[in-house]
Amino acid sequence: MSLISEIDYGTPASHADKTVTVTIDGFAVTVPEGTSIMRAAMEAGIQVPKLCATDSIEAFGSCRLCLVEIEGRAGTPASCTTPVGNGMVVKTQTGKLKKLRRDVMELYISDHPLDCLTCAANGDCELQDMAGAVGLREVRYGQEGANHFDAVKDQSNPYFTFDPAKCIVCSRCVRACEEVQGTFALTIDGRGFASHVAAGMDEPFLASECVSCGACVQACPTATLIEKSVIEIGQPEHSVVTTCAYCGVGCSFKAEMRGEEVVRMVPYKDGKANHGHSCVKGRFAWGYTNHRDRILKPMIRERISDPWREVSWDEALGRVASEFKRIQAQRGRNSIGAITSSRCTNEETYLVQKLVRAVFGNNNTDTCARVCHSPTGYGLSKTFGTSAGTQDFDSVSEADVILVIGANPTDAHPVFASRMKKRLREGAKLIVIDPRRTDLVRSAHIEAAYHLPLLPGTNVAMMNALAHTIVTEGLVDEKFVREQCDGEAFADWAAFVSRPENSPEAAAHFTGVPAETIRAAARLYATGGNAAIYYGLGVTEHSQGTTTVMAIANLAMATGNIGREGVGVNPLRGQNNVQGACDMGSFPHELPGYRHISDDIVRGLFEKDWGVHLDAEPGLRIPNMFDAAMDGSFQGLYVQGEDIVQSDPDSKHVIAGLKAMECIVVQDLFLNETSNYAHVFLPGSTFLEKDGTFTNAERRINRVRKVMSPKAGMADWEITQAIAKAMGVNMHYTHPSEIMAEIARLTPSFSGVTYDKLDALGSVQWPCNDTAPEGTPTMHIGQFVRGKGNFLITEFVATDERTGPRFPLLLTTGRILSQYNVGAQTRRTDNATWHAEDLLEIHPHDAEERGLHNGALVRLESRSGATSLRARITDRVAPGVVYTTFHHPDTQANVVTSDYSDWATNCPEYKVTAVQVAPSNGPTAWQDEYQSHSRESRRIDRAVPLPAAE
Amino acid sequence: MSPDKLIYMANQIGRFFAHQPGDKAVANIADHLVKFWDPRMRSAILKHAEAGGQGLQPAVLQAVLTLRADAGQVAG
Repeated sequence: MSLISEIDYGTPASHADKTVTVTIDGFAVTVPEGTSIMRAAMEAGIQVPKLCATDSIEAFGSCRLCLVEIEGRAGTPASCTTPVGNGMVVKTQTGKLKKLRRDVMELYISDHPLDCLTCAANGDCELQDMAGAVGLREVRYGQEGANHFDAVKDQSNPYFTFDPAKCIVCSRCVRACEEVQGTFALTIDGRGFASHVAAGMDEPFLASECVSCGACVQACPTATLIEKSVIEIGQPEHSVVTTCAYCGVGCSFKAEMRGEEVVRMVPYKDGKANHGHSCVKGRFAWGYTNHRDRILKPMIRERISDPWREVSWDEALGRVASEFKRIQAQRGRNSIGAITSSRCTNEETYLVQKLVRAVFGNNNTDTCARVCHSPTGYGLSKTFGTSAGTQDFDSVSEADVILVIGANPTDAHPVFASRMKKRLREGAKLIVIDPRRTDLVRSAHIEAAYHLPLLPGTNVAMMNALAHTIVTEGLVDEKFVREQCDGEAFADWAAFVSRPENSPEAAAHFTGVPAETIRAAARLYATGGNAAIYYGLGVTEHSQGTTTVMAIANLAMATGNIGREGVGVNPLRGQNNVQGACDMGSFPHELPGYRHISDDIVRGLFEKDWGVHLDAEPGLRIPNMFDAAMDGSFQGLYVQGEDIVQSDPDSKHVIAGLKAMECIVVQDLFLNETSNYAHVFLPGSTFLEKDGTFTNAERRINRVRKVMSPKAGMADWEITQAIAKAMGVNMHYTHPSEIMAEIARLTPSFSGVTYDKLDALGSVQWPCNDTAPEGTPTMHIGQFVRGKGNFLITEFVATDERTGPRFPLLLTTGRILSQYNVGAQTRRTDNATWHAEDLLEIHPHDAEERGLHNGALVRLESRSGATSLRARITDRVAPGVVYTTFHHPDTQANVVTSDYSDWATNCPEYKVTAVQVAPSNGPTAWQDEYQSHSRESRRIDRAVPLPAAE
Repeated sequence: MSPDKLIYMANQIGRFFAHQPGDKAVANIADHLVKFWDPRMRSAILKHAEAGGQGLQPAVLQAVLTLRADAGQVAG
């Protein structure tokens, strides 16, 4: 192992088809037209000195270090801003150039502290490298003149410092913030000698619009912007490429290490999902892995009112096995089950469903995708034939129209949002369908052509109205429909959406969006060129979630926006491995690869491979498990890496279900809300402590690589295997690659996947098989997977969760950039700086009516329950709509959400809850009671004091 | 399993297929129940249907009653 150092070509690659050949320092180099001389030289292995250039951002030409001489041309042009020409002869090193460069470096160093030995960037400083490269031996001007040595260091950001004394004003940070991240938080303020990097309105970084993505830190060639972890620990000595364990973008990172200590996480340039970019979570929020709250020993207890007791792995696993066997003996084979996690690896989720099917002998396995994207799987499989998005992320760069519905990518999928924003700055048009005015609607250099702020719960009415406009105004792509779709289904659908009740004028009544705005958005989507739809949980988490997914698919088919780059239907998955958890057969009705458990042939394949008989009946879904617990028929649950008490709707009902069970086993990093009701706790491992794979929202299978030993002794896949063994079944895996080999053997869409291939190619997108050995970036090219695209009738049915005099407002919930899901990880990092508590967004009109001021404690109450939290008054939400996040257990936002769910999949209706908001003078009785129970249930009797986690 | 909840869920399924001609809707509702509902849920809703099926939409009631064909498995 060594420190991976990626080649910096200085300027971005040209993608021109035509090539030109130049001679650089006597070597002929052939490159695409438009390539800079600097990049062409680097392609030939010749490194032209540079400071202001780096290949993640466009050339700027300010540092004057990369000068070259070109035969037949006067002067010494900058190689970063000068494109190559055919037949050009370039010299990168001449006497004249040497002198010029040395003079330039003298000027830089005359205003740069000479504290290299004690500087945190020592060993990783481009200024230092360039001083060496140009042979700087003296600084004739000395350091006594005017300088910036006393400039005050900005340490406000929790993760990095900004030291203007070390800044060379190369603008790399400013350009990275603009071009890569798209936030425009930085600028060069002042002129001449007074010019300096300024955050926001020349304020501390933390107070500015900076989103702490780290792009500026990555771009900085000196120690001006540097990670606090590097200042504290020192430079790393080796690195390992792995995959972020936060959202569904699946960014590749270099874990830069010193021994088993992470020094920093640096986004990997060759990562095909992120191309070297990151967000505040993946880049910086990994400190939870060492948090003092980590549980490192297995624990058991008889009753949930007892304190936990630390025990050996053998005793804990023995308890799991004996309890599960006892329950099955007393209450039947179907009385126990498991919940897999979208945060765990493919191999781990595969093993859990195998444990349930092959060892428990039933199909009571479900995953947290139940409560987020299960409607995507059902809806897209019925229309297209595959339960996944149609594109890769790169596809957005070919889109002319981008329709975002029910998604807030700048907060929930920030790295992809940066790509999307870049395309929007290039001129693509944007339609946003969302009750809130999300950042995408209007931010720096971006403004949506149309924002359709519909009332929560009216997505289907909106999609039907868009379809009505497209069909009745003759905007259907008839050739595409005729050639690739089921004609009869299309005719039925076209007749359906053409009805007056599906017109924009009718929809305006339900959605609150003017008909003409809906019509204009529909015309833009249908006629604006390549049109791509991106959607999130604002689509799926409704009683008609599946219907909306189908309506989205209908719209894409009717306009021919499927089967090529720049178009498609793209579900933005919430957690890192939602796609993978679904692929791996975590749902109770299907085996890996989305094949129904009742299919005798498929089931037979697994029975033969596993050597057991499998039940042909579907098992319980998560909400059904709680119901079955209440009636006594479901009494044992193994929960791997999920916190259902905090994340699932109607917390009181969830808790009642858990309390009714006899044995709950929680496997996690921390004592979470679910573990308050558990009888066995098995300490899990972080993504840094194990091998495996995650599959992101674009079906990309990325490697997760172990960079340190599991702190509790076992990786999660080893724990599942140990449970199987304790129950009498040996699984015999010695490494996750063997589990992947089994997945590939049994799952056609994964048949070409091996760890060797992933190591060689970096990643692949499924289907990866004999037909597509290197994977499939775009699906349904020329033909749908199911044959003909299937239009489905999508009648709008208003939710039964209605507002009324008692509950006049509609609550919708979502996420924020700095926190992740239930916050178990991010709350245990400095990300809490940005979001220390859940807040309730409420419109000024609604706030005034209730006498609320900004920051006031308010009581949020629904038919299900009540909680208190602080109000943020903002017109981001429409009158009548309120919004909050669900990141903090103190708030327990889900005590308010209802029990309603999607008709097809039971995905909960998080996004629509009728509520009332009123002034409050403290926590609700529920919060007090819950916190009291939570404190009691987390007591640990430690026989021998444990050393604290690092 | 609370019959009220199962009735509500079954009617939700029925509503999606309501636009289809009678036989087709009944078949699709039944197919959905067989493919996605755990046997104990099907058993409970069938029991309710056999007792008159109060609250079930007509097509849903018909669909649930077709589950009697595999009642042997359902009861398990």
